Amino acid sequence: MKGNIIKYAQDNIDTDVIIPGQYLKVHDYAELATHAMEGLDPDFHSKVKEGDFILSGRNFGCGSSREHAPIALSYSGIKAVLALSFARIFYRNAVDGAFLLPIEIDQDAYDGIAEGDEIEINVSVNEVKNITKNQAYKMKPFSEIIGKIITAGGLFKYKPDQD
Amino acid sequence: MNIVEKILARASGKSSVSPDDVVFANVDKVMLHDVSGPGVIKVFDKLKNQGISVDKLWDPSKVWVAEDHFVPSAEKVSAENIVKLSNFTKKYGIEKHFKYGMGQYGICHTLSHEEALVMPGDVYVGGDSHTNTTGALGAFACGLGHTDVAYVLLNGNIWFKVPETYYFKINGKLPDHVMAKDLILKIIGDMGTDGGAYRTMQFGGSGVDDMSVESRLTLCNMTTEAGAKNGIAEPDQKVIDYLSSRGATNVNLVNGDDDAEYAKIFEYELSEMEPIIAKPFSPANTTVVREAPSVELDKSYIGSCTGAKYEDLEAVARILKGRKVKIRTEILPAAISIYQRAMENGLLKIFLDAGVTVGPPTCGACCGAHMGVLAKDEICISTTNRNFPGRMGHIESQTYLSSPLVAAASAVTGKITDPRDLK
Repeated sequence: MKGNIIKYAQDNIDTDVIIPGQYLKVHDYAELATHAMEGLDPDFHSKVKEGDFILSGRNFGCGSSREHAPIALSYSGIKAVLALSFARIFYRNAVDGAFLLPIEIDQDAYDGIAEGDEIEINVSVNEVKNITKNQAYKMKPFSEIIGKIITAGGLFKYKPDQD
Repeated sequence: MNIVEKILARASGKSSVSPDDVVFANVDKVMLHDVSGPGVIKVFDKLKNQGISVDKLWDPSKVWVAEDHFVPSAEKVSAENIVKLSNFTKKYGIEKHFKYGMGQYGICHTLSHEEALVMPGDVYVGGDSHTNTTGALGAFACGLGHTDVAYVLLNGNIWFKVPETYYFKINGKLPDHVMAKDLILKIIGDMGTDGGAYRTMQFGGSGVDDMSVESRLTLCNMTTEAGAKNGIAEPDQKVIDYLSSRGATNVNLVNGDDDAEYAKIFEYELSEMEPIIAKPFSPANTTVVREAPSVELDKSYIGSCTGAKYEDLEAVARILKGRKVKIRTEILPAAISIYQRAMENGLLKIFLDAGVTVGPPTCGACCGAHMGVLAKDEICISTTNRNFPGRMGHIESQTYLSSPLVAAASAVTGKITDPRDLK
């Protein structure tokens, strides 16, 4: 999976800025996408392209359980978020709803990848490659259950009994 | 095993579990509200299109529904969501639907204890991050997104990774001017907003034994702001009495074993505590009130699952009795039962005499939804739980998080005020 990076070089990007509370009443996914990241980056909607990745720091998606957050990013075209760490409900929602891939990276990858860089994520070998700079980084492997749910295409398609 | 491990082992049919084990736990209670409910309905529509049956729920008697975020409806999208929710509960035979304008209703997390909907030892999940609140009753209470809630509604179980537990040993007794809110702000300030990430935060020790159930609810409520999977306190006679006085029968206690293991133990001494606030724009950005910046406040907001329980309103009334507010002040009791008690016990008169606007139960401006949201550059002191940019309204508004006592004292002076410094 290849995409270009939109980088937010900060920790604790919370769901209130990913999709502000006033839009919680909205359940039209396309409309939610038009308000993605509105609390932090009003230009996000105009600059995001289908297949882009977000890169950010620690505790991405902290705050509320609103599934609107991964939905708004996913329907904006974001296929993966690369972060130093994730808040638990955002992470779970992203995986169980099959909205986007949450990729945990290390400090070297975070420092080495810049806005606009073209990145290739290869989950099968736990590698994040920076095509623009010809560098490769390790991603943290998914835990067993997360890997299985992602492979299945979301929680509803995952059959625990067949393990 | 500690209490969470015991609850998750029982719920997943295992004799024992350890941190990092993945279990499918049977769920005892599930909650949805006017934000996660329409989200669930959307997931159900999607599943139906994929040929997955959504004709009936696993057990409608274990499901309850709150109307809280956008009620009373301020505009038509919110009104339509309430209609969708009503159609949903009717279609699936969910009887416990607390509707505004029809007796008891309120914020979902407040109803969980006011209506004794959750029992000690339960696995309780809800489509809201502050579901952690209800762990104060001795349940494993955990917030989920609406896909996960939809899964629970259809299957009756959900996967969990058994969390490590951080144990907070709280010693001593809360001084008169200090509330559980001050303690949890202090803890979040010490740990950071991801300090408890993916873990259980368990509260115990003589200080917690001595605390009211409602104070424990405040502690568990804001474990969410430390990133925790859940908050919990071991249930005791106080929990039995609290739930029994709200109609529960046969309340059984589940407790951790004497040799329970914890990943880390933190100790706090209540007698040394001072009132604390969290400055913009993070619940971890804490300072003691007497060292707070000298800002001119525009508003004091006393509401939400965190700061508008009966005990919170009583604390506010102690401050406001015989005084007038200097800035706009709103009090929104978190449920009708609390509103009613506040009326019967004379609290509403104290609030109205002080100049406060008393509103209906709602999440309201806590999440920037409606009912008193902040304008650009407005500065608010609030008994709520989050102060991220734009949380309560305009992206350039500011929220200071405080205890009900501090929010009330600050309403009187127009500045951030330690209740001890009020003349």
